[in-house]
Amino acid sequence: MRNVLTIWRKELRSYFVSPVAYLLLLMFALIFGFFFWNIVSYFVYEGMESQMRGEMFPMNVNERVVRPLLSNASVVGLFLIPLITMRLFAEEKRTGTIELLVTSPIRDGELILGKWLAALTLYGGLLLLTALNFVWVFKYGNPDWKPLAIGYLGLLLQAGAMLAIGMFISTLTKNQIIAGAATFGICLLLWVLGWASGFETATWASVLSYISVTTHIESFSKGVLDLKDAVYFVTLTFVGIFFTARSLESLRWRS
Amino acid sequence: MITVKELTKRYARNTAVDHISFEIQKGQIVGFLGPNGAGKTTTMRMLTCFLPPTAGTAIVAGFDVLEEPMEVKKRIGYLPETPPLYPEMRTGEYLEFVGRLKGLSKAELSKRVDYVCERCSVADVREKLISKLSKGYRQRVGLAQAIIHNPDVLILDEPTAGLDPKQINETRDLIKSLAGDHTIILSTHILPEVEQTCEQVIIITKGKLIATDSVSNLQNRARGVESVLLEVAGRNGDVDPAAVQTRLERVKGVSKVHFKEKRQTRNLFEVESVKDQLVRGDLARAVVEAGWDLNELRPSAMSLEEVFLQLTGDPAAVQAEDAAGKGASK
Repeated sequence: MRNVLTIWRKELRSYFVSPVAYLLLLMFALIFGFFFWNIVSYFVYEGMESQMRGEMFPMNVNERVVRPLLSNASVVGLFLIPLITMRLFAEEKRTGTIELLVTSPIRDGELILGKWLAALTLYGGLLLLTALNFVWVFKYGNPDWKPLAIGYLGLLLQAGAMLAIGMFISTLTKNQIIAGAATFGICLLLWVLGWASGFETATWASVLSYISVTTHIESFSKGVLDLKDAVYFVTLTFVGIFFTARSLESLRWRS
Repeated sequence: MITVKELTKRYARNTAVDHISFEIQKGQIVGFLGPNGAGKTTTMRMLTCFLPPTAGTAIVAGFDVLEEPMEVKKRIGYLPETPPLYPEMRTGEYLEFVGRLKGLSKAELSKRVDYVCERCSVADVREKLISKLSKGYRQRVGLAQAIIHNPDVLILDEPTAGLDPKQINETRDLIKSLAGDHTIILSTHILPEVEQTCEQVIIITKGKLIATDSVSNLQNRARGVESVLLEVAGRNGDVDPAAVQTRLERVKGVSKVHFKEKRQTRNLFEVESVKDQLVRGDLARAVVEAGWDLNELRPSAMSLEEVFLQLTGDPAAVQAEDAAGKGASK
């Protein structure tokens, strides 16, 4: 555990001494802020409109603001994940520091876990920044906090899975750009596969849409904790970490 | 401290290390000598548990590298060919990170960092970013990193490569000063480096172990002899090599004459003489006065392995080297 902490601290440090972490924080805050402004403005406009028409049934903040915001955040997150994971192992391989890590008395698992947790922590930081926006929703509205919490849990689970996959891809190359681009491609694919079920009803379409991340984030955004979706993300995380471990091991047999 | 038996590393297409066996005693500095691509780095990587051997065993500090890699890793310090540094860290910070990685406790950590900074003379750059350090400093930080947990065994892969002459001397002195506390293996392709720093030398080429011997043995023999190549031909027709040999042996200062080969009418001799005795003039005169032609007379330039092989006079190894040399010249 101590070793995990050592690696975790080193990774987080290196995120924050380079501009990477700040750039990501800035981008995420800006994009999310824009969505927030957009969706809330529309919500207010619609509210006024329904009042003028004399409709008196209350509009649901969770349904109209929280849910679209969270599913947008999920997609934006997919775009940022490659930037977080691409250097994890590729950089160590390029500079030769992997030799130091691998010949030190720490287990591969501890190394991998430390790196993955550091990436997840950075992502958690991004999410925390977006949570600031919701302070206003709570101040001026009266949303239910539980669906919001579940939504954030979903975002974190999704990030855990995608970060594990990105980390695995980063072990395959010495080149950060290649690792980043490949991860980006896979993230994009996992997002758009969900569209398959939109027009097709055959079995393959539902399989494809099952593989897609967006299908599984949906229920979380709604504020519903569905075990089957949680299992999807956790499984994906384990698969990513497992492959990272195998790849790290094979590095020694091949190099 | 280190026992290696029949260690082998095979890749899909080639064998990088081929049945190497040697033993290293505690507290020794051992030079791992061989040309580039001889398998030095591969062997070291197997000793550090970075690469698993294909066959054979290596026992480092009492533990097998395959059976108990964790125990081995705790007891070795390793400096790869390029020092494994994080450019975005400060020197002190980096050493603390490595110390933690190697399992130092909090109490020991700052003491050890102070100690290695002092020992490797990097105390003055402790607060500097590693990316801003010169090559010499980086190498020393690399060494500091290797000794931070006071390991039993130090494995240094070409610790002086790419340094300027002054830095090379400093690094050598540093390594020598570390020898008392640690068993050190260092690899190099520079013969004088081994002579200056090491007590024991292991020579490998093309993945095969050629010889191991103590450096003092090697130096003693090297000090005593100088060798010259002579090519002699008859005025008209053949000469009797035996006659030439006896004539050459009579020259003052010559210790040994070795008939190397015969090419048509020309005969090649290798003459060993006591160092600092100027025998070349006498040799030339002897040949000419006997009525033979002296076609060539030159100091024999020998490759690193040849020097060593000639010095140790190991016939089996000489043959192996000859065979290898012929293979290469084709």
